[in-house]
Amino acid sequence: MARITMREAISQALMEEMDRDPAVFILGEEVGVWGGTYAVTKGFYDKYGPQRVKDTPIAENAILGAAIGAAMVGQRPIAELMTINFAFSAMDYVVNQAPKLRYMFGGQFKVPMVIRAVGGGGRQLGATHSQTPDAIFAHFPGLIVVSPGTPADAKGLLKSAIRSDDPVLFIEHATMYQVRGEVPEGEHLEPIGKSKIQRPGKDVTIVTYCKGLELSMKAADQLAKEGIEVEIVDLRTLRPLDMEPVLESFKKTNRAVVVEEGWKSYGVGAEVVSRMYEEAFDYADAPILRVAQKEVPLPYNRTLEQAALPQVPDIVAAVKEVLK
Amino acid sequence: MDKQKLLQMYYEMVLIRRVEERGAELYQAGKIGGFMHLYIGQEAVSTGLIAAREPRDRVITAYRDHGVALNCGISANEVMAELLGKITGMSKGKGGSMHMASVEKNMWGGHAIVGGHLPIAAGLALGDQYAGNDNITICMFGDGATNIGYFHEALNLSKIWNLRVLWVCENNQYGMGTAVERASAVDEIRQKADGYGMKSDRVDGMDVIKVYEAAQKAIQYVRETSQPYLLEAVTYRFRGHSMGDPERYRQQDEVKKWQENDPIGIFRAYLLKHQVATESELNALDDQAQADTDKAVEFAEASPEPGLEELFKDIYVD
Ligand SMILES: Cc1ncc(C[n+]2csc(CCOP(=O)(O)OP(=O)(O)O)c2C)c(N)n1
Ligand SMILES: [Mg+2]
Repeated sequence: MARITMREAISQALMEEMDRDPAVFILGEEVGVWGGTYAVTKGFYDKYGPQRVKDTPIAENAILGAAIGAAMVGQRPIAELMTINFAFSAMDYVVNQAPKLRYMFGGQFKVPMVIRAVGGGGRQLGATHSQTPDAIFAHFPGLIVVSPGTPADAKGLLKSAIRSDDPVLFIEHATMYQVRGEVPEGEHLEPIGKSKIQRPGKDVTIVTYCKGLELSMKAADQLAKEGIEVEIVDLRTLRPLDMEPVLESFKKTNRAVVVEEGWKSYGVGAEVVSRMYEEAFDYADAPILRVAQKEVPLPYNRTLEQAALPQVPDIVAAVKEVLK
Repeated sequence: MDKQKLLQMYYEMVLIRRVEERGAELYQAGKIGGFMHLYIGQEAVSTGLIAAREPRDRVITAYRDHGVALNCGISANEVMAELLGKITGMSKGKGGSMHMASVEKNMWGGHAIVGGHLPIAAGLALGDQYAGNDNITICMFGDGATNIGYFHEALNLSKIWNLRVLWVCENNQYGMGTAVERASAVDEIRQKADGYGMKSDRVDGMDVIKVYEAAQKAIQYVRETSQPYLLEAVTYRFRGHSMGDPERYRQQDEVKKWQENDPIGIFRAYLLKHQVATESELNALDDQAQADTDKAVEFAEASPEPGLEELFKDIYVD
């Protein structure tokens, strides 16, 4: 296994799948000549040519609509949204077309496409460019929503997403491309729709994903020094949501905190916590807490932005609170 | 045009250049964050355009907005303070480089969703039409923005509703790394007006006098006929798309060729040739712009950051 970055892991997954299956191609803004705005597809244009690495106009509706159409007739497009915020400009295709076409036409069509989208705050990009709106997309049956927190999962889940016969929204985090981790070389598949214990512990369960995983791991390291052993369950897929490992862990620890980067209201935590109460109410020794973004649009100013985003000390404090 | 006005335009172009050069340095020094898109090379477009408006005419643009803000009369102090995320910025440090606006100066924002502000521009004009005045709205956007649905919906709406919008496309040859001919079905953006039965014009965007004259003509047409109009200004950005652009998509020769066509140099030569001003008068304006930029940096650096309470302010009208 090699220790590589999230960027390299995603890049590897794309390349391996393009090499494996000629039906796989990429389209999006600046994916080709530029090499991807986050350099994920650097070198792809030279290797695969403009037929398989398609630079598009700035036209999110056309990008996603065309990807859907090509998928319906048997290709496997990977449509890149430069940031997930631009999905709002093409919301109809993300939530109203791709996830519905199969069902509405009685199972006649398949839409085997991936939408790769970069989300997250923390880069001082201002209110319209910094969102973590994952929960909105996870609301819609028919769409699969994946958001990895480690390079190995990014590779394994992206490869599975590309092979999936259903539309997958694959959400990456703008501040995590340099995160390093052990990643198996070559064929490495992670199952979609399976949560995973990323750190075992016995005192408190943290349920999280993506950026929340990075923060929670740091919080767990700190808490370990005080003798608190946190178990971290990484959702990895937001829809379909796999509660099994969450409930199992909670039944053992009886205390839990849910960490997400998005807003708390109507968020991922809201969904996870209500399912925990529905299915394991009797196991709770303390109210389950949520750590999330303050209920404000993200500002440009760095200090204010950092104050609005969930931070490691917030997680540490919440864990201590549920242990009281 | 009177001398005063011409010299003011010259000063503004130099001021934009100096402010942005300092901005780039401050960005490199880590004092400015996020995305910052420089206007260097394109100064003649917004300078000529805004010089032709009346103060009651509204202006709205995309994220490449520092120059537009300065031309509209927002002070260099405020522009610099916003870049540094300070409370004294016009957006209180909450907007940053891409989000400069001033209701007082009739500047309705830098907007960062490509094309997103075009229907809003139609709305500004709709509001004025509804109020029964003959203000016009000047809406600026890039070549890349003419390929997104927003552009087409907004142009169509402005035509069928007789809205007073002057649509101005700054064709700087690229949307990020994508050359116009790789992204647009037609490479003269003005042709897109034809499909909407809209009048259009194409002007050399490196020559501020030509831009001014074309803008004047267009503004008069829009005001008098209550019809929208599309003006394409052909220009070039001398710097990358935003800070940190590796610029793999264009040759340095091409950049050099355009740089020889510097809009400030062209205007300076014009002013001298037509004996509008002497070398020493222009040098004095250069010095003034430099001094105002220095002062703006001092002001911005000395200004306080927004307090934490600002985080929760202005989410709603309280
Ligand atoms: C809806 C949307 N899609 C993509 C982007 C990312 N983006 C920002 S600027 C830009 C290029 C715009 O080019 P153009 O309209 O020509 O303006 P220029 O930058 O050249 O001034 C892109 C793709 C965005 N901000 N909004
Ligand atoms: Mg452009």
